[in-house]
Amino acid sequence: MATTKKKIEKEEVVIRFSGDSGDGMQLTGTQFSNTTALLGNDVSTFPDYPAEIRAPQGTVGGVSGFQLHFGNSKVYTPGDYCDVLVAMNPAALMANLKWMKKGGTIIVNGESFTDKNLAKAGYDENPLPKFKKGDYNIIDAPVQTLVREAVKGLGLDLKSVERTKNMFALGVTYWLFNRPLEHTEVFFERKFSKKPEVIQANILALHAGYNYANTVEALGAHYVIKKAELTKGTYRNINGNVATAWGLIAAAEKAKLTLFCGSYPITPATEILQELALRRDLGVKTFQAEDEIAGIATSIGASFGGHFAVTTTSGPGLALKSEAIGLAIIAELPLVIIDVQRGGPSTGLPTKTEQSDLMQAIYGRHGESPCVVIAASSPSNCFDYAFEAGKISLEHMVPVILLTDGFLANGSEPWRIPKMADLPDIKVPFIKEGTENYLPYERDPETLVRQWAIPGMKGYEHRVGGLEKMDKTGNVSYVPENHELMTNYRQQKVDKVANEFPLPKVHGKDSGKLLVVGWGGTYGHLYSAVDELIKQGKDVSYVHFNHIFPLPNNVDTIFEKFENILVCEINMGQFANYLSMHLPQFTYQKYNKVQGLPFTIDELTNAFNKILEDK
Amino acid sequence: MAEVQKLTPKDFKSDQEIRWCAGCGDHAILNAVQKTMANLNLPKEKYAVVSGIGCSSRFPYYMNTYGFHGIHGRGAAIASGLKVANPELSVWQITGDGDAMAIGGNHFIHVIRRNIDMNLLLFNNEIYGLTKGQYSPTSRLGAKSKTSPFGTIEHPFHPGELVIGAQGHFFARAIDVQVKVTTEILDEAARFKGTSVVEILQNCVIFNDGIHEEVIGKNVREDRTIHLKHGEKILFGKEMNKGLIRDGLKMKVVTVGEDGYTLEDILTHDAYETNPGMHLMLANMKYPEFPVAIGIIRAVKSPTYEERLVKQIEEVQSESKIKCMDDLLNSGDTWEI
Repeated sequence: MATTKKKIEKEEVVIRFSGDSGDGMQLTGTQFSNTTALLGNDVSTFPDYPAEIRAPQGTVGGVSGFQLHFGNSKVYTPGDYCDVLVAMNPAALMANLKWMKKGGTIIVNGESFTDKNLAKAGYDENPLPKFKKGDYNIIDAPVQTLVREAVKGLGLDLKSVERTKNMFALGVTYWLFNRPLEHTEVFFERKFSKKPEVIQANILALHAGYNYANTVEALGAHYVIKKAELTKGTYRNINGNVATAWGLIAAAEKAKLTLFCGSYPITPATEILQELALRRDLGVKTFQAEDEIAGIATSIGASFGGHFAVTTTSGPGLALKSEAIGLAIIAELPLVIIDVQRGGPSTGLPTKTEQSDLMQAIYGRHGESPCVVIAASSPSNCFDYAFEAGKISLEHMVPVILLTDGFLANGSEPWRIPKMADLPDIKVPFIKEGTENYLPYERDPETLVRQWAIPGMKGYEHRVGGLEKMDKTGNVSYVPENHELMTNYRQQKVDKVANEFPLPKVHGKDSGKLLVVGWGGTYGHLYSAVDELIKQGKDVSYVHFNHIFPLPNNVDTIFEKFENILVCEINMGQFANYLSMHLPQFTYQKYNKVQGLPFTIDELTNAFNKILEDK
Repeated sequence: MAEVQKLTPKDFKSDQEIRWCAGCGDHAILNAVQKTMANLNLPKEKYAVVSGIGCSSRFPYYMNTYGFHGIHGRGAAIASGLKVANPELSVWQITGDGDAMAIGGNHFIHVIRRNIDMNLLLFNNEIYGLTKGQYSPTSRLGAKSKTSPFGTIEHPFHPGELVIGAQGHFFARAIDVQVKVTTEILDEAARFKGTSVVEILQNCVIFNDGIHEEVIGKNVREDRTIHLKHGEKILFGKEMNKGLIRDGLKMKVVTVGEDGYTLEDILTHDAYETNPGMHLMLANMKYPEFPVAIGIIRAVKSPTYEERLVKQIEEVQSESKIKCMDDLLNSGDTWEI
């Protein structure tokens, strides 16, 4: 579409769409990010929504937001503060104004700023007239009127007309950032192919927003963000949950096994089960169980039966599964448990992110019951770590817990699509045909891994289960020395997995005043914050952990070269405490946040600077 | 079916020492299961026995088949996963009244609802044996035990009623010591495609000795139980002259030749009837008002979960353009850089 205004070049932009939880803000944000990614920008997104499907309308508690950050180079986080805020009602403004950059653009649906809505949002009076010139660039659009006008020929009822308000807002932002409308038009044509009037209404509203922005004087210019310099290849957008599901399917394909997922819906992990349920075409067997325990118990049964079995959950579900994880540990069967962490304890903050299941994952079981724990650190690398969880689990006959979190699960980013041929093989330790005198608990002397015989294989009938097993034979045994031997075997088997873990790379100098340590989903924020200070010439470095239990070998060789070690986590310091147990020779300072939100770059750089300046 | 060699019950005995108490009803059930498996003409490696926790759940260790001794209450879920993963197996779940009706109650009703093809043998002795004598969900109202020293104050579950309430397609009842009858019932259960629940009235010789005796005692059994057979008149008693008739919305015991009742009046058992009404009445019959029903009470054919799953996978696969992971990775919106 032709525009008549001048263009200003920018390197990166943060936009937040916000409105009532029924306003379609997630869809709006997703459309903007997909269109933007297709244009070749790097994008990182962060949906932020309430636990209720329709929280009380017009209240701050019911505000649903979708933030995205895009730029002309690699983008590591969805951004802290917004250049542009779309607020569909007063509550959205109330909830999000604190995230605005001074001088940024706020697009409001002025007609929603009625006395009633202002009161619901907690405003005593309309805040819009009180902003000082220069504080923000306020675009006060009569969205309802313009949308009604745009679609009046279609004969839609008022409710359906109201539903297109989000597309008006999207149209404004498309104009502002010079995005084409085609991608969204095609999206509606596909999604509502049986409802042509809905397609028309949304497209008309989108154009109405675009044209409004082109006409209105308050928008003096629009912005150009050049393509990002990304590695050559084929790209797609992917969020953490889909990437996790796909990593599991990829592992099953590499191992030449059927993927079985026994699971129970739980926020924010449900989407993994849903994505796997779509993949009957790849032979995936999903089993929506009657509860969390049945989710893992069916998976253990399927694993015994020779499938690559996984179960997906969040913190409360992991708690319910813990007895059964112990069963998989003593039965020495492969099993991947995905924990998409959310705010706890109890139901806590179901839709918000947290890293507070770390101790539960490592130690949260009765008895001496070690299993492998690894963590993903970006939406797209959930694929890599889900694949790796499968590989470790199948090759070592051991349960693996993969930790992701609500931030990674719902966040999305462009992802360079891997080729299956480039992924490593997975060598499953099946019993070799023709083996005589199969002993189910006889171990490989190097890895301590037992051989896997599947029911149906002739001549290898055996029993496994929760009672302590006699070494080699697997018969029930209460012999004291045997229990100790088997306990040691199970621990050593897990410890030996560390030999396959690479030593994490240090970003920045490999020695100095401050080493920032992170794990899991905080990577983008910590990397960006440290990188910013490195560019300012500060004496700070960063190391990030994806392999948690066991730790990679020789981590001490990294830590010993720094004067200060600061462990940053979205919890009360669980990884720092864990490091204190395993590498007690070092002192760990902690930087923690438990607000159900990711870190911001500002707060991190402040914390780092404080240590750098203190001593 | 894979290669068939004639097997004997002995082939199914494992080398492990059996650790049930002397006189425990489980010994007889183990014999019946081993006999049944030998008769089924399936190779040994095609059997898998799964259990939870409790005395009965030690069963897999005594079977020379594939076996999985799970955790308390979860046998049905483990067996479900195993069968869905490997539909060619003959899957047997061994459970007790505590394991299946209390801690595993949820999995019990859901495996039945899904109609996963497996044989679920529920050893009902109305007591917790392995924890040494606490009342169970099937203990009768008022039953005294270590945790109900003054008698229970809660109503028991009746397994058959739960099975039918969960839309069960197969329910039978057997008596532990009647190895021959139990073997016949287990044989039918094993051949039935779907979740076959067999409640076995089992005697715990230590903690609840003789609990079923007033019904199944040798001298009274013929008058107090009724062996149901599909297509046959519902008759019982030493003289086989007592039978069931319908009396309004209920059933009634009558004697043929008395009060003007003839053989014509006696109900004929139909285990294949889809309407569960009569089966529920038969399953719930209790002494002394009624004889307790033994045999196959309900056996109604219906597609199994795993059949439907395999079919759905085949259908979706035949229509989808996505044939492998590379196809999926490159599906939808992608772009080149």
